[in-house]
Amino acid sequence: MTQREHSPALEAHALQCIRDDRTLFSELAFRLTPGEALVLEGRNGSGKTSLLRILCGIRLPDAGTVSWGGTDINKLGPDYHVDTAYVGHRDGIKLDLTPLENLAMARALGKPNNTTLEAALEKVDLHGFEDVLTRNLSAGQQRRLALARLLVTDTVLWILDEPFTSLDTDGIKSIEKLFEQHTRDGGMLAVTSHHAVNLANTRCQRINLSELAP
Amino acid sequence: MTSDSLTRAFALLLKRDLLLAMRHRAEMINPLLFFVLVTSLFPLGIGAEPALLRAVGPGVIWVAALLAALLSLEGIFRSDFEDGTLEQFLLSSHPVSVLVLAKVLAHWLITGLPLLLVSPLLGVLLGLPGDAIVILLVTLALGTPVLSLIGAIGVALTVGLRKGGMILSLLVLPLYIPLLIFAASAVDTAAAGFPVSAHLSLISALLVLALSLSPFATAAALRVSLS
Repeated sequence: MTQREHSPALEAHALQCIRDDRTLFSELAFRLTPGEALVLEGRNGSGKTSLLRILCGIRLPDAGTVSWGGTDINKLGPDYHVDTAYVGHRDGIKLDLTPLENLAMARALGKPNNTTLEAALEKVDLHGFEDVLTRNLSAGQQRRLALARLLVTDTVLWILDEPFTSLDTDGIKSIEKLFEQHTRDGGMLAVTSHHAVNLANTRCQRINLSELAP
Repeated sequence: MTSDSLTRAFALLLKRDLLLAMRHRAEMINPLLFFVLVTSLFPLGIGAEPALLRAVGPGVIWVAALLAALLSLEGIFRSDFEDGTLEQFLLSSHPVSVLVLAKVLAHWLITGLPLLLVSPLLGVLLGLPGDAIVILLVTLALGTPVLSLIGAIGVALTVGLRKGGMILSLLVLPLYIPLLIFAASAVDTAAAGFPVSAHLSLISALLVLALSLSPFATAAALRVSLS
């Protein structure tokens, strides 16, 4: 059924995050296996973004470890990053490049898959905007372009910080469809969202960080 | 990752930065105008005495080049930091140091190379003899990449700070001192008609040192700034 049955699992063990002397969460643990989604909930400032940045390896946890297939992600470095894609608060796209140029760069930074750049743009409904400067796209279209980055490299784990920001209802539905497709293919998701994440056909683990605050 | 895809990422990143610079041509010219303007202020300030200008010329041109480079340094990482593309570089499957090298090379092509090209004119303006102008060109060719390489470490360390500009200059200018000493004195020595191979060897050594260490230091500094 899945292409990636032997993908490694993402495991967090006794994670702790301290920001400005305030403990956001501690003793956080979970195990995410192929085909699963991790949905992080919690009020503003509860550490959702910090946790995602820890899972990416950008930020180091104040205690605990994150491992990928049993090895600490900070030891794996690029070998972990080749399997992951991150769409953060900031879109990670250049406003003075066209969507095609942006995607070409994103593809070169990872392991390219066989989706063409045009097909990826079509999947996020940006067909016809290939050669417009990204600056001239609307906020929602820029967000779609940021999410299109997920489609041009061959990654297992998608780490997404508020992916639905500025998207319209149809946009949210089509992106949710992409997420379902990804988990069906054995991919994994770690996502935060204020919008209710509606992934009916995916096993979801929900963690509420507000409840974990000491 | 194969070295083939690494080469492709390097080339594409270099092309991307050059393309972005071409789309902001006005910003690209500013450091160059600054370089010309500062150098031409000196004859106005200290008087147009040929012997005096010839004596201070090498130092003036090199100090102006340092300051012009300093002004343009923030451009290496600032906009990438603000729009989140810098995070994407850190999360790429390629070594960050190689990506950093592509960005520094682009920075040198955009800001260092133009300085190099107009410097003979400024040499003539300050009345430097022909031999000294040739050596000035050689020192700038070897030295401006060092400015970009060392500067990149400073920018990487300060890019997360809101007002990093002043700290950047305090951090980077002292590191430029050895280069300034050897380069200005090479041009002086050439003007006096003595051989300068020792100076040039030392500047080349600085370049090799910066080239081999700076990408790693910059990559580590970026990790610190973004975490």
